[in-house]
Amino acid sequence: MYRYDEFDETLVKERVAQFRGQIARRLNGELTEEEFKPLRLMNGLYLQIHAYMLRVAIPYGTFNAKQMRMLAHIGRKYDKDYGHFTTRQNIQFNWIKLEDTADILEDLATVEMHAIQTSGNCIRNTTADPYAGAAVDEFEDPRIWAEVIRQWSSFHPEFSFLPRKFKIAVTGAPNDRAAVRVHDIGLTIKKNAAGETGFEVMIGGGQGRSPFIAKTISEFVPRDNLLSYLEAILRVYNMLGRRDNKYKARIKILVHEVGIEEIRRLVEAEWENLKGETSVDLPAEERDRIAAYFRAPSFETLADTDTGYEARRFEDRDFRHWVRSNVVAHRQPGYAIVNISLKPTGGIPGDISGDQMDAVADIADAYALDSEIRATLQQNLVLPHVKLSDLPAVYDKLAAAGLATGNIGLAGDIIACPGLDYCNLANARAIPIAQQISDRFADLNRQYDIGNLEIKISGCINACGHHHVGHIGILGVDRKGEEHYQLTLGGRADDAAAIGEITGPGFSADGIIDAVDNVVETYLSLRQDPAERFIDTLERVGHTPFKENLYGPKAA
Amino acid sequence: MALIKNGTQVSDQWLVAADDTPVQADIPTIVSYKRFLAERDTLVRSRAELGVKLVPGDDVSAIAADLPRLQVVALDFPKFTDGRSYSTARLLRQRYGFQGEIRATGDVLRDQYLFMKRAGFDAFQVKDGAEAQGWIEAMGELSHYYQPAADGTNAVWAERHAIAAAE
Ligand code: HEM
Ligand code: SF4
Repeated sequence: MYRYDEFDETLVKERVAQFRGQIARRLNGELTEEEFKPLRLMNGLYLQIHAYMLRVAIPYGTFNAKQMRMLAHIGRKYDKDYGHFTTRQNIQFNWIKLEDTADILEDLATVEMHAIQTSGNCIRNTTADPYAGAAVDEFEDPRIWAEVIRQWSSFHPEFSFLPRKFKIAVTGAPNDRAAVRVHDIGLTIKKNAAGETGFEVMIGGGQGRSPFIAKTISEFVPRDNLLSYLEAILRVYNMLGRRDNKYKARIKILVHEVGIEEIRRLVEAEWENLKGETSVDLPAEERDRIAAYFRAPSFETLADTDTGYEARRFEDRDFRHWVRSNVVAHRQPGYAIVNISLKPTGGIPGDISGDQMDAVADIADAYALDSEIRATLQQNLVLPHVKLSDLPAVYDKLAAAGLATGNIGLAGDIIACPGLDYCNLANARAIPIAQQISDRFADLNRQYDIGNLEIKISGCINACGHHHVGHIGILGVDRKGEEHYQLTLGGRADDAAAIGEITGPGFSADGIIDAVDNVVETYLSLRQDPAERFIDTLERVGHTPFKENLYGPKAA
Repeated sequence: MALIKNGTQVSDQWLVAADDTPVQADIPTIVSYKRFLAERDTLVRSRAELGVKLVPGDDVSAIAADLPRLQVVALDFPKFTDGRSYSTARLLRQRYGFQGEIRATGDVLRDQYLFMKRAGFDAFQVKDGAEAQGWIEAMGELSHYYQPAADGTNAVWAERHAIAAAE
């Protein structure tokens, strides 16, 4: 993984000192809250209902055991002994004091971590495929480019006061696990006919109150021109994006209002000029320097499988089930990708205690190559490189820490935003709904029978819980002062990305749990065979049978 | 109002003229973009030293041909959260090769200083003496930059490889 050199280290430390000064000027009244707000946001510090919340970046989701232990320490010392993994490869601490923030950032800097640009109207933490470097279907590690983008976008002199926040995601595999089509810019690494590496560039995706799937602006940008192309897009957006209305300020609205053809023309013209004016495109030696950090770890030469692992799988049903849902094939023989679910039955999606963080760190040290850990877009964790022969031990240790729930990609693997429990923009609670659905589907056998099902819940139309792209999406709304929930079906964030459709009238907090159950039962009764996933059945039969079962034949 | 240039407070020689004030030959004057476009020929023929002030949304390419005749371009920040003038500054320096003063006006706060400097600004109109001091401090807050911009400083990667080459 990437390691800071003296320059990265100096910059992160200077940023902490700078922020310490900004906090001091806020505390002594030199800065008004209005002036301080964009400054603290650019360092990931939000003011929530009860306290400050600090969002720490896990750039492109890659970190290690030592960093995880530091996160545990911060949870213990400055928060209520836990942290919350988000959908954008960040971790949030919900109970932070303003006075402590600079010390926390200083602690983070000792393990090469920071909160730079995890919020604010700037280029945010760039996300990437959590299976990067391990996935069977990958043709180039997206983290090389995510790191290139991290450096380029940090403290960018032109793009730190954009009309609105700006999120970039990168994938190096045809099966999109980075949700690139619901980002402001989505990048997919590909090769052109001449065999050169470059990017398909998609822009204008996003969720929030007006969800859009990104449109392709360029089929192929050569890799060595990526940064100048990004500067061209960002400049067009900075100059033309709407600043009169916060809800229309994202690039998706600009693309929608002006049209992708015109945006493409403007970006291409800007790019032609920029190429001659700036040296922003990295020279090969810097690209190679960064790429070297992402070379494959030193894998051992192993057989395709392992007898101890096979024996345990044969004997132990729980282990077998966990392997089936949480372990994914690795490109290297004898290795596996291990997913760690942060969705225990009835739990709060993405929450993890200090002790659990330490346990994951210990397991990573003992069994994961380079002690590497990943954070996923589903609020879960991954150990990317684990030997098959170590899986039984890894499973036992995860189980002992309460981290072996075998529900990845299943009904219990729910995404939920903080909602009304924490967030001052919320209309409704999201976490308790997730907990109740999780309880309703507590029987793992039932979850295995249902198969892949993505349930996503947001507490308001800002869609932090990704409800638009949930197979089943739930949106909390306010109806005459009461929490009320809309149901959407058919959303997805993968390579066939789509926005879900609202089923009809919404439901009460209790009613929504039954409604989800109802939808699942409809699916079970209609699927051709157990291999047909919920999302495929829905596509084949359409929404009508689901609506009929929810509202009665007439309503549909 | 104080003017900071090259990290020190200097006295401001320039008059910012309202659109209906006549321009006098011996007084360096900054006029609005709208006025400059409307009275271009008269203004360019006058012997006055001239500056033009652009607000976000004004199209800098419309004055590109006249830049050699201008000593100052002032770029306004109606609110510090409106970042369009950063792009305009880079265009002035990097596309149109403007060598004169680029002055930040309006809601100019010390925490934007480094961004502005790197985008090509070299003069900053700030509120009062106390703030001018803060600005001078702010200059030293970051010592390296990840990306090249309009102020001629090297990006970190250039420093990295300069060291590697020297070793
Ligand atoms: C509790 C404090 C939070 C606040 C005040 C907040 C605020 C917002 C707002 C206002 C938007 C809409 C922005 C727009 O569409 O222009 C948004 C979108 C989003 N937020 Fe949050 N959020 C919070 C927490 C979270 C958390 C915990 C997560 C991850 C679990 C998250 C992930 C996202 C994502 C992924 C989007 C989405 C979509 C997009 O970029 O279009 N946010 N948030
Ligand atoms: S979706 Fe709404 S309620 Fe949920 S975290 Fe985002 S802003 Fe808050």
